[in-house]
Parts: sequence; C-alpha cells; structure tokens
Amino acid sequence: MAQFLQLAFSGIALGCIYALVALGFVLIYKATETVNFAQGDLMMLGGFFGYTAVALMGWPYWAAIIFAILVMAIFGMLLERVVLRPVLGQAQFTVVMVTIGVGYVMRGVVTMVPGWGTETLKLQTPFAEQVVNFAGAALALDQIMIIVLTAALCGLLFAFFRFTRLGIAMQATSQNQLAAYYMGIPVRRVNMLIWGISAGVAAFAGILLAPITFVHANMGFIGLKAFPAAVVGGFGSVPGAIVGGLIIGLVEAFAGFYLPEGFKDIAAYIVVLAVLIVKPSGLFGQKLRKKV
Amino acid sequence: MSFFACENLSIQFGGVKAVTNVSFAVEQGEVFTIIGPNGAGKTTIFNLISLIYPPTAGRILFEGAEITGSSPHKVANLGIARTFQNIELFEHATVLQNLLIGRHNFRRTNVLQEMLFLPAVRRAELAHREAVEKVIDFLDLQRYRESLVAGLPYGVRKVVEMARALCTGPKLLLLDEPSSGLNPEETDDMAFWIEDIKKDLGVTVLMVEHDMSLVSRVSDRVLAMNQGEMLSLGTSKEVQSDPAVIEAYLGKQE
Amino acid sequence: MRFLFKTDYDQDIRLFKHNGQRFWYGLLALLLLGLPVLLPEGLRDYMLGQMVFVFIYSVAGLALMLLIGFTGQISLGHAAFMAVGAYTEAVLQAKGVPFVVSLPCAALFAGIAGVIVGLPALRLKGIYLGIATLSFGYIAEEIATRWDSVTGGNAGKHLKPVDLFGYPVDDDIKLYYLTLAILVIAMLAIINLMRSPTGRAFVAIRDSEISAQSMGIHLAKYKTMSFALSAALTGVAGALYAHKLTFITPEQFTLLASIELATLVFIGGLGSFHGAVFGAVFIISLPQLITVAKDYLPAAVGAQTGLQPTIFGLILIGFLLFEPMGIYGRWLKIRAYLELFPFYRKGMFRRQKTYMKSDRLK
Repeated sequence: MAQFLQLAFSGIALGCIYALVALGFVLIYKATETVNFAQGDLMMLGGFFGYTAVALMGWPYWAAIIFAILVMAIFGMLLERVVLRPVLGQAQFTVVMVTIGVGYVMRGVVTMVPGWGTETLKLQTPFAEQVVNFAGAALALDQIMIIVLTAALCGLLFAFFRFTRLGIAMQATSQNQLAAYYMGIPVRRVNMLIWGISAGVAAFAGILLAPITFVHANMGFIGLKAFPAAVVGGFGSVPGAIVGGLIIGLVEAFAGFYLPEGFKDIAAYIVVLAVLIVKPSGLFGQKLRKKV
Repeated sequence: MSFFACENLSIQFGGVKAVTNVSFAVEQGEVFTIIGPNGAGKTTIFNLISLIYPPTAGRILFEGAEITGSSPHKVANLGIARTFQNIELFEHATVLQNLLIGRHNFRRTNVLQEMLFLPAVRRAELAHREAVEKVIDFLDLQRYRESLVAGLPYGVRKVVEMARALCTGPKLLLLDEPSSGLNPEETDDMAFWIEDIKKDLGVTVLMVEHDMSLVSRVSDRVLAMNQGEMLSLGTSKEVQSDPAVIEAYLGKQE
Repeated sequence: MRFLFKTDYDQDIRLFKHNGQRFWYGLLALLLLGLPVLLPEGLRDYMLGQMVFVFIYSVAGLALMLLIGFTGQISLGHAAFMAVGAYTEAVLQAKGVPFVVSLPCAALFAGIAGVIVGLPALRLKGIYLGIATLSFGYIAEEIATRWDSVTGGNAGKHLKPVDLFGYPVDDDIKLYYLTLAILVIAMLAIINLMRSPTGRAFVAIRDSEISAQSMGIHLAKYKTMSFALSAALTGVAGALYAHKLTFITPEQFTLLASIELATLVFIGGLGSFHGAVFGAVFIISLPQLITVAKDYLPAAVGAQTGLQPTIFGLILIGFLLFEPMGIYGRWLKIRAYLELFPFYRKGMFRRQKTYMKSDRLK
C-alpha cells in the first residue's frame, strides 16, 4: 500500500509537470491552432534562467521563479512577433516545422552560452532532500511543492481567463482570423500575449522540474510527453491538458514499476495511440465537422 | 418505378430536425428543383443523397435499388455526381487535373501497371483526356485548361465544379445552387447549359436553387421546402402560385 | 523564351515536355554516370561516399514527399520504416539471402509496417496524425532496442557488402552505381504514379477529402496505399543505408532522424520530385559545410557542438519564412527569370496574404 501511494504520488508530481507543459501548449493551440514543438525547449530555457538567477546571481528561490517567468514571457512574445507571425496563415504543418526549427536553435544556442554550456547543472531549491511521512510512505517535499504550486498556477490562470475577455478573443482568433479582425479583436496582440503566457507557464514547469532532472540542454525532450497528455485530455481543452498530464504521469509511474523494462518510456505513447484509435477527440475535446 | 426516389427521409442532428419525412420521386430525363428559404434542409438532402450523412429514417432508391447505408465513394460509381455549395475544388491542381480526377471511376489499371506506365496505362490516359476534352468543349473552358484553380474567378470555378461532376459520366446530376454568385450573363449561360445537359447528354438533373427565373425556365417539377418539411410539389407554375409557398418563401402579395 | 505548342494529348502525358528538358537531363545523366572517372583521385572516395548518401536520402525523401507533399498526410516517425528496411536487410543477409530477394523483402516488411501505421491513421488528420506517427516511431525504436534476439539491441548489427548475383558490391564506386540505379528506378516509378489515376487520387485526397469521395475515390484504400508505398520505398532506402554504413544501431533511427527527413522534404520543396533530391543534397552537405566553415570562424564559436543544430534550425526557419516553396521553388524562380529575360516581373511569384482559417473545420 505504501508502495502504491508512493508511486501514485510520484506519478502525480511528474504528471503536474506534463500538465504544465501541455497547458502552455494547449493555450497556444487554442489561440492560433499552432502546435508548438518547442514548448519543451521553452521549459528548458526557463529552467536555465532560474538556474542563472539562483546559482549565478545569487537570488533567493522565489525571486528566481518570478524572474524566469517574466524573462520567458518576454521571450515568448518576441518569438511570436519575429518568427511565428510571418508564417501564420500557411498550412498547419509548415508552422509546426517552424517551431521544430526554433527548438533546434534554442538547444544549440543554449550549449554555446558561457556559464550554461553542455553540462548538467543543479538548481538549489529550499525543499531539496526533505521528506514528509504520510501513511507509511515517504513523500519528497519537492514533489509535494510541485503539486501545490501547479494547482495554484492553474487557479490563477482559470481566474484570468474566466474574468477577462481574453478567453473569448482567443477562441475567435483561432477559428477565423479574418473575421476576428473584422470584429475589432487585436489579433496580433492577442496571439503575442498568449505566447507570452505560454512561455511563462513553461518556465514555471522548467523550474519545478529542475530538481528532478537537473538543468541541461536536452531537458526539453520530456516536453514531448506533453503531446500525449494534450491528446488524451483532448486537444484544445485546458482542463483536458491538466487531466491528460496527470494520467500520463500516473501511467508512467506505474508502468515503470509493474511492467518489464523499457515499457516506461513508451507507456505514454501506447496510451496516446489507444486514445487516438478509440476516441480521437480525447476526454474533453470537441468533435468538429466540416459543413459542406 | 421511378428513376430516383426518396422515401420518408429524415435526419436529426442532436435536437435539430434538419429534414423531416421528405418523399419525392424524380423521373429520368427531367430537371427537378428544390427551393426554399435558407435552413430549409435543401443542402442536407443533397448530403443525404451523396451518403455523406446517414439518415435517421427513410430510404433512398436509385434505379430501383436501395442505396441508403452505402459508402460515399460508391455513389459516383452508381452514376450520381454532385457539385458543392461552397465549391470544393482541388485548389492546388489545374483545371485539367481536376476534371481528370472526375474520371476516376473509369479507372481500369492497377498501381503496379501505373508505376511501370505500361502501354495500357498510356492508352487509358489518352482515352481519359479525350473524354475530358469533350466536357471542356461543352462548357467552354478551353482557355482555363492549364490554369491553377486557386487563381480562378468565382464564376469560372462554379463552371469547373459542374464540369468535374459531368466528367464522372453521371446519370443523375445534383447541382447545389448553380447560379449563386453569378452575374446575369453567367446565369443565362448556366440556364443554357442545364438545358443542354438535359437534352443532349440525357442526364437527369436534381437542383437546389434560389433564382426563381432560372427555376421557372429550366425546371420540369419543383419541390418547395421549409424548415425541413415538404411544403408543395408540382410544376414550377403550380408551386410558385401556392399560397403556402408564397407566405413562407416568395413573399406575400400585399 | 520558349513557347510550347501542343498538337496531341501525348505531349501532356510524356515525361519530357520538350527537347530542352531532354538535353539538360541527358547532360545530367552523363555527368552522374561519369563522375567516378571525372573526379580527381584524392577526392574520389570521399565525394562518391557523399553522393551515395545523397542518393539514399533522395529515395527516402521521395517516399516521404509522396506521403506529405502529394497525399497531404503527415509522418513524424518515418525513420521507423527506414529501421524496418535496414534491419530486415541485415537479418536476411546474415541468413544468406541474396540481395535481389532481401531488398524486395525489406520493402515488403516496411510496406506492411506502413499499412499498420496507416490503418489507425485513416480517421486522423493533421496534428493528430503527426502525433500518432511520432508515437509509432518511438515504439519502433524501443522495439529495435529491446528485441535483441533479432536486432542485436544496442550492440547493433553488422552487414557484409551487397552480393549482386555473385558480384560483390564492395567499394564505393560499385555502391555509387547501385544506389544511382535504384534512385532512378524509384524516381521513374513515382513520376509514373503521379501522372496516372492513382497519383491524381492522392492529390485529390490532399486538397479536399469530401469531394474526392464524391468522385468515387475510396479514402481508406488510397490513404493506406500511400502509407504502404511510402513506407516500402523508405524501407528500400533503409536497406541501402544499412549497406553504406555496414553497421546499424537503433540510435540511427530516432525521432531526430524522422525530423531530418521531414525537414528534407520541406526545404527541398514540398510537392515536387526535384525537391526530394535538392533536400537530400542540403541535408548531406550542411554538416560538411559547417565543418569547413569552422576553420574560418573564431575558435570560440567554431569549437562549439551546438553550432550545427543552431544553423540547421536557422536555415529551416529561414526557408519556411522566406522561401516556402523550398529550394525547388527558388530554382523555378531563377529559371523563370532566365527564360523570360528581360521580361521577368518582380511580383510574379508573390503569394497572396493568407489569413488563418481553422484547420479543424477542414
């Protein structure tokens, strides 16, 4: 039982990371129908900025989080303005390829920055190495903090989208950009803002992930698991992304323990294939149909 | 037994009753038009006939055989072709390629033969080209043969849609609002072509239309619909003078 | 300026539309056939080796072009089919099967894998298909690593030189001619396919599935066929790849390899045959050019391992932003300029500004 609880807990903690990356990813998809293959790399860069604040500039942990989020938000907005805006309107796969290119550049440049380089760096957190005992299971404090902080961020985002007009504006621009323009929605500003928020969320995920995987240039590959998470939850659904992330996290934790070696890595992909075959629109997704 | 018939056709999308209990028969060689206000379910009937949606009730019979529940791609083989209201052409191909695709169900060669481009394939290609050329001549599309569809004006695209449907060698042609978006001169051409299709090609035409003068000119019989239900069925004159139709669609005489 | 006056339908169907094309392609053929003789001694082995890679990637690029460029599907896991082809070839050769049998078997197994991947893909479009193929790619890689009894796992598998009816293809010159021959056959097969009804059906599916159906095109059949053909051809490329390297491990067939193939197709020029070759030349020559350029850069920049992915990413983004028609597109523009000289107008190829419309409603 304790083992089960421990596994479930690790699964949920890891799932929170997946959920955060998937969340950033779904936000961009809802607004611009762009699939951002560089979301994991945004997370990686956020982790690096957090590391910089703590290790290289000596700031306290909480200040580092704010710093990383703000810097990445600006980076995300710049990215949208410079690279994504010119291609918006072309075929979906073309835009996907652009984000893949962005990922390559980010990974390459990060290894060339002095102070970052190609090593694996450790981010000091106030709750490293501490453990809380619960029902016989030893739960790592940093995993607890991941879950708590993720929940807090989701609450904040929910309030933001519920009580501002941004949420509706976002959906309008994603469905028909030209019509949205006609309705007076500042489409470009909305898109830029969404990218900024997404990148900020990714940075948050990166800092939360840092104690577990350490900070290094290939950290972003974990972000690829966010795709299965977003698909399972239903592409284009924000609560779906979170639920999907948690499911994938739990599946991986249990697969790693109960199934033979090697299954842990592909468990997420088997799950996503099963979902795509049975219910492509995911748990919360909408089924849309072209009207002829 | 009629050439084409719908019996008690109904379809429901969730709570919306798009088409309720529609029954009509089309005789071979006639031009049958469906009219009605927007949202009456006219295009939905076309979608039902092309088997894009399965009906919740009712049957569709073509040449005596029931086709309800078959697959959409078999429809062309049976001899039914259609145009789409919002033009569904193959944008990145030339007009010629679009029309050649229309000849798909005359394909007698398999993949292996095609990869080797055996003489049989070459002969088939030349035959397809000749057949397509006849349709191009019929609809005066010669100057657009090599143009990419993406750059063509709306009026020409509508004609290409019709040409592509004709290339499938249909016995029944479904035209969805053939004159929408066309200027009076183009509408005139369209009327002539529909008459030619009926007389020279012997194709039965089932049409959805809003332009009453075109309807009066070419139709043999008219069905008026409103809110998914049948309102009136008869010759063009009878339907247009039916008070129920006038009230629902044509506008009451003040 | 050339004007093509058509007098019969055959002219539309022919491979070479006019004598100018025959001349230039003939020249290219002579050049390629004579390359081993024309190259100076010192460069020969190196250049021929690189050309073999270009041919192999051209075949794989052609296969992916068929799927993405002509049928409008997506595959982010195509390296898996290369792996199937490569491992099939390795295993069969170890058992003593002659090349003329093992190569078609590699194609067949890869084709079957393509059908398996294609089946669930029938209902999926756009990014869902991309993620499904990505997942298959990961699973295939894992299978290659775990199934050591067959694939040798991480230890890899060795291959002996190709045995063509008892004639060993054991040096670069012979491998060069073999891969060139296979590329030409593949190219002709695909070109023939695209000028016949099946090819047109693929294009129809790409542009409008609903009206393709109403033209009588059975979507499931043709989508599966496209996946199968694309996978089979990629399998052939994989088998040749295995022979070039003489040693294969699962690490050569990762997601990055799949992305490399997809990049090849896009940069080369989506929807064209030349694009596959241009893309292959780009993918193979880029690392070489960077290595050469490193000598001219300041030591601090040149020594970085991160330089290659950065430049790769920047070029990919650059092409997609400024030259979406790819290298072939740029070549068309240059050729149009030369043909129409001095009447070329600057705005000839300008794209209309497109506004984004929801892909979910397509």
